[in-house]
Formats: sequence, C-alpha cells, structure tokens
Amino acid sequence: MIELDTHLIRHMALDEKRIDGRSPDEYREITIEPDFVTSAEGSCRVKIGNTEVLVGVKIDVAEPFADTPNEGVLMVSSEFVPLASSDFESGPPGEESIEVSRVVDRTIRESKAIDFEKLCIVPGEKVWMVCVDIDVLDYDGNLIDASSLAATIALMNARLPDLNDEKKSIYGKKGKNKLPMSGMPLATTFAKISGKIFSDPIKIEERSLDAVLTVGTAVKDGKTMLCAMQKGGTGGFSLEEIEQIFDMAIKKGDVLRKKAEKFV
Amino acid sequence: MKKRKKTYLKNRVIFVDEQLIKNGIRIDGRKLDELRPIEAKVGVLKNADGSAFFRLGNTMAVAGVFGPRKVYPKHEEQAEKAILRTQYKMAPFATETRGRPGPNRRSTEISMVTRNSLLPVIFVEEYPKTAIDVHIEVLQADASTRCVGINAAALALADAGVPMRDLVSSCSAGKVNDTVVLDVAGKEDTEGELDLPIAYYPKRNQITLLQMDGIADSSEVKKIIQLAVKGCKQIYEKQKEALRSKYALEKMDDVIS
Amino acid sequence: MNEEKTETKRKLVIPGDELGEGRAGHGTYEENGKVYSSCIGLAEEKNGILFVIPLSGIYNPKRGDGVIGKVESIIFSKWIIDINSPYEAVLSLSEATDEFIDTTKVELTKYIDYEELIFAEIMSITKTKNIQLSMRNRKCRKLRGGRIIKVTPAKVPRIIGRSGSMVEMIKEITGTQVVVGQNGIVWVKGENEEIAAEAVLEIEQKSHVSGLTDHIKAMLEKKMVGQKKQNTYVNEEKKEEEDLFEKEEEDIFEK
Repeated sequence: MIELDTHLIRHMALDEKRIDGRSPDEYREITIEPDFVTSAEGSCRVKIGNTEVLVGVKIDVAEPFADTPNEGVLMVSSEFVPLASSDFESGPPGEESIEVSRVVDRTIRESKAIDFEKLCIVPGEKVWMVCVDIDVLDYDGNLIDASSLAATIALMNARLPDLNDEKKSIYGKKGKNKLPMSGMPLATTFAKISGKIFSDPIKIEERSLDAVLTVGTAVKDGKTMLCAMQKGGTGGFSLEEIEQIFDMAIKKGDVLRKKAEKFV
Repeated sequence: MKKRKKTYLKNRVIFVDEQLIKNGIRIDGRKLDELRPIEAKVGVLKNADGSAFFRLGNTMAVAGVFGPRKVYPKHEEQAEKAILRTQYKMAPFATETRGRPGPNRRSTEISMVTRNSLLPVIFVEEYPKTAIDVHIEVLQADASTRCVGINAAALALADAGVPMRDLVSSCSAGKVNDTVVLDVAGKEDTEGELDLPIAYYPKRNQITLLQMDGIADSSEVKKIIQLAVKGCKQIYEKQKEALRSKYALEKMDDVIS
Repeated sequence: MNEEKTETKRKLVIPGDELGEGRAGHGTYEENGKVYSSCIGLAEEKNGILFVIPLSGIYNPKRGDGVIGKVESIIFSKWIIDINSPYEAVLSLSEATDEFIDTTKVELTKYIDYEELIFAEIMSITKTKNIQLSMRNRKCRKLRGGRIIKVTPAKVPRIIGRSGSMVEMIKEITGTQVVVGQNGIVWVKGENEEIAAEAVLEIEQKSHVSGLTDHIKAMLEKKMVGQKKQNTYVNEEKKEEEDLFEKEEEDIFEK
C-alpha cells in the first residue's frame, strides 16, 4: 500500500513543522463522551483527531489476590480490533496492544489514584475487581494518550454495583457508590523526529520518529507529579530532551485534566 | 509494586514503613549510590553465535545471539536492514513462587523495550534482509531483571560479531524510605516507593530505555535518572572488561604478514 | 623490532573504541571526525585507512574470495549455492563453463547436482548483497567425497597460516587434500581426513595461542604415528596432486 512518505515528515520536522499544520506542542481536536455504553459500570469514548477509542469499565465482586487480601483488583487490557486499521490483525494482543494496556495500567496504578483498600468488601474473601477494557476503534496515532484519557474518565464516572443480601452484584441499574478515584492520572506522549520534540504524534509521525516517550502525570497533594514513563522507538534521548519532555508532560497533562474535569 | 507493611493496633490498621535504610546504609550493607556485586562473562554458550552471562547481586541472566541470519518467516524480512528480534523470558524457577512457563504480557513488553534499548547502537543497515535474534533467559530474579538481560544481550551481540556503535549498559535507581538509591533490590523492590530502570548508550550520552513505577515530582525524577546513569557507567566498564578478557589473547602474530 | 610493530598495530579493540583520525575502513565507523571500532577485533592501519580485523562474526563476502558452497537449488540456468551466509550466491551456467550447453536438452544437475560441493570464486557482489560466483578460475572445482568442517570465518587466516604455511603443513603431515574457503568452510579428503579435521578444529579453538604452528605440528605427528600403527600400509600416492591450486584429473564436467 502506498502511503505518505516518512522522509517528508522528517524533513518538515527539522523546521518544527508538521504535516497537519499543528505546532509542536499542540494536540489534535479532542472529543470526550462519557457514559457512552450503559452496559458497563463506567465508560468513555474519546477521539483525538482521527484516533478513536472506547473504554468500558466492568466491576464485579471477586476473590482478592493471596498477597493482598484487603485490596481490590485492577486489570487493564486493550484490543486493537481489525476494523480500526488495515495494520491490525485479529488474534491475541500483539506487543503494541500489550504496551498500551500496561502503560495505561501503570499510569493509573502508580499514581495511587485508586485507593485499593476502599475496594475491599469482606477482607480476605470479597473485593471489587475493576476491569478496564480498551477498544481501539480507529487508529491514527497516539493510542496511549487517548486510551489513558478515556480510561481515567470512565473510572472517575464509574459506579460500583449495588450488592444484594448475598453480597452479589446487582446489574441493570446504576449503583449508588462511585468508584473511589482521585488525582486524574493521564498519560501524555511525545515523539522525537529529526531531533525535535512533538506532542500527540499521528500515525505517520509514529512511523517517522527516532524515539518516543510517554510520561504519566497525576495530581497528588495539590502538585502535578510524574507517575509513569515509557520510552519507545529505536533511538535514544539525551537527558536534556527528557527534562524538556517532563516539563511539557506536566503542562499538557494539566491542560487535559482541565478539559476532562468537565466530563466527570 | 510497593506494599506498605501493615500492622494492627487495637483493631485499627496502621502503617509502619519498614526501616530499610539506617544512617545511609541499606539492609544489604550497601551505600545509597552503590551497585550490587557484578559478574560478567562473554562466550558462555557453544551453539549461539554470541553469548554472555551477567549477574547483578542475586539477579542473573544469560543471553544468546543468532545471526545475522536468513529471516523466517520471510514476510518479516526488511529490504534495507536487518531486523532485531528480542525475546526475554524468565525461567520458571527464577522467582520464589514458581512462574508459569511461556510468554506472558510482562515478558512481551520487556522483550519490546529491550529491543528498543539495543537498536540505537546496532548497524542494521549493514545486513539487509537478515534477522538478528537475541534470546535472554533470566535464571534468577531479584529486581532489575530487564537491566541484567540488556547488559548480557549487549555483550552477546558484540561476541557474535554484530556491528555496533557501542555497548548498552543498564541498571535501575529508585526511592526507598523517601531516599534516592541506586540499584533497588530485594526488600527495596517490594517495599520501596519508586523504581526506575534505564539503559544507557555511553558514547552519545543517550537513554535508550526509560520506565518508571512510582510517583514523584519531576525534579526528583531527574535526580534519580542521573544516579542511574552513574550506575550504568560503572556497569559499562565491567562489560568492556569482560569482552576484552575473552579475546585478550588473540594476537594473530604469526598469521598476517 | 617486529614485536613492537605488532604490539601497536594489532591492538585489541571492542565496539566503540576510538581508533584515531583517518579514513574509516572495514570494521569501523566515523562519528564527529573520529574513527571508532564497530566490532571486536584487531586494529590495523594501512595507507591512512583505519580498519579492524574482526575476531568473530558471520562471513562477510568479498570479491575475489574463494568459497566452498553446496548446491541448494537450481533455477533456469543458474545454481543457487549456500555459502554459509544469509545471502544467497548464484552460479550461472556461463560462469561455470565455456562449453555451449543447450539447457532444453540437458539438465543442469548433470553438471553439478543438488547437495554437491564446489569451490568457487566470488565474482561480484551487488549493493543488495546478491552474490555472483564464478568457476572460471583454475583453482575452482567440484569437491567430491571427503568431509567439511565449519569454522568461524574470523579464524580462516589462522587455518591458512602465513603464506599458506599452516594448511600446507596439515596437508603434508596427514597426506590429505585440504581446501579452505574464506567463508569458514574447510574441506578435507584422504585416508587421514579425520586427523586433518581435528587439526582444523584445534586451530579454531586455540587460535590465540602463540607458537600454534608448533603445537599443531606436534599434535599431527603424534596422531599420525598412532594412525600408522593401525594402517597396514602407508599410502604414498596420497602425496600426489595435492596442490590446492591445481585442478584434479577429474574435470568439473566429468559425467
């Protein structure tokens, strides 16, 4: 399949120019639709430019892990369904899909946004298990940021199912209690192309980059902190570039949080 | 990752941060900026084209490299360069609780970041239409397994004669008891607050692997990265030593006129 | 004086070691005006070109190399030869013989069949690493019988020795034919071919040892004495026609 030339992208990047006319630190248009799916305890559909993901949160009662008897469980998985791109094949998750789910997971988990002890129902026996499933519907780059944004909003709007007398979940109606979550952890991704840093890479930029760094940020004690990092791509970063990205991640993370707050 | 020590006082749960550092000395006797003992050996396997063993404290791994060789399946072949395929796996007996054999999501992700940590130094354009296969087997795990794997893999690649710009050195730094330390291990790994593994490309002073578990403000993270770089530079010296010592005797005096 | 020259010239280098300023030759790369080693090997300099002789690695095909290969497949009027490299080598009919052969009437397998071994020369290598072989050089021929040993290509100079001294010694003492391919394949044939094979493997293992020639000589002589005790006759005829560079009486195209 003939596609856009990566040489062109790299050439434009030298002057900090992008093929869609954005400035280096500009995100594409973002649309957020919370509670998109009513069958889930929480959900959110996010579009960043042409990238579209739908995250569903299913919560049910489960047995805790042996080494954390008083803590709830969080599981994040993602599926790159073939309809999202001619590059995606059906079958078990490939490494890119696994990476997205694990980075989104760490961004939420390490930020301590969820107090897992509050998800305990009966110590040692029953806890809430929160399953976050990321469904990629349309792929044009930056799946991590879109998935993280959708996952966090879905979780913040999610409600724990009400429990019946046997401590079993009652589905079909919205539960009374919200999932205890705070801090709004979000991942922001930055690509290095021709030595310059660009936020929110589109598909062709992802194919043209030297290296890419995703930084998760969350608000803790009133301050924006770093809570996850993932370097990708076949090149490397200098310490100065990393520090530059940290500053951009904090800025962009806060901008996204402001946007997302309206939907929570 | 981090589990705070819980104890019960009058039926109320309270938290006690275990004292893992006392007067600047860690529970295993190390200073805050000290690496665990290192062991590196090159050319440890007969079948692989290149191989190496690397140990950092109680974490040890062996890496084997095959290639550059023909690509199977053929559709993975790239016309202008070699492809690097990296497989990281942990032996089932490497951890205290037996691990289930076979790849899992964690090992798939680590394989991927390992590959991306090594690619920057390899001259893939010199061997188009070939595959360079790197296999890492973690034999015993006590934190920083991906770092040890990368250290072994870099040596194995050099041993196999794969053309490279430099070696890649890897280690982790983190936070324990609110203190920044180098090479988190043992209890520090399970009870610590932050773990940050990196891989370093010395010649260009570049970071080729960067991940983080934990939450901290950016200035502290910068300090932790700098400490990890310091550790990587020490590992680099040990790697070079191991490589030179395998080949030290090769002089070929009475061969080439 | 000679030792001094050797010391500075043949320094062991590893990837990333700085070699100095000059032109970047094989086994090196240039960055910021300086030349660095890209492999483990011995650093050399010739006419301002800095290069490194690799001590490991797969065979790196060069024009003019004599290589031993095995026929993998036959397509149209070409043989595809496996020369122990990820890159295929092609021997076209025109490079194999001057005779006019009508391929519609005769099958190529009559000349060189599948799985047969040949000693051929690399005529050219394209940028996309397509290798063309030729058998025009009188050194080239089919290798019938015997056995092959695979060695690290970096050790081939050791096996040949300075001006061929090592391989000649093996041939003389064991009375076998020995053909060494630059691609790390060695072919031996003769009554004592196992001893010759052992010697080749020993050289590969102990290539770093100084006085290797004497060590191998002693090993060969010892083994030959043991062998002679077993044999009821000494085969003097083996000494004939062992020159690597002379064609065998069998022509390549003997039917």
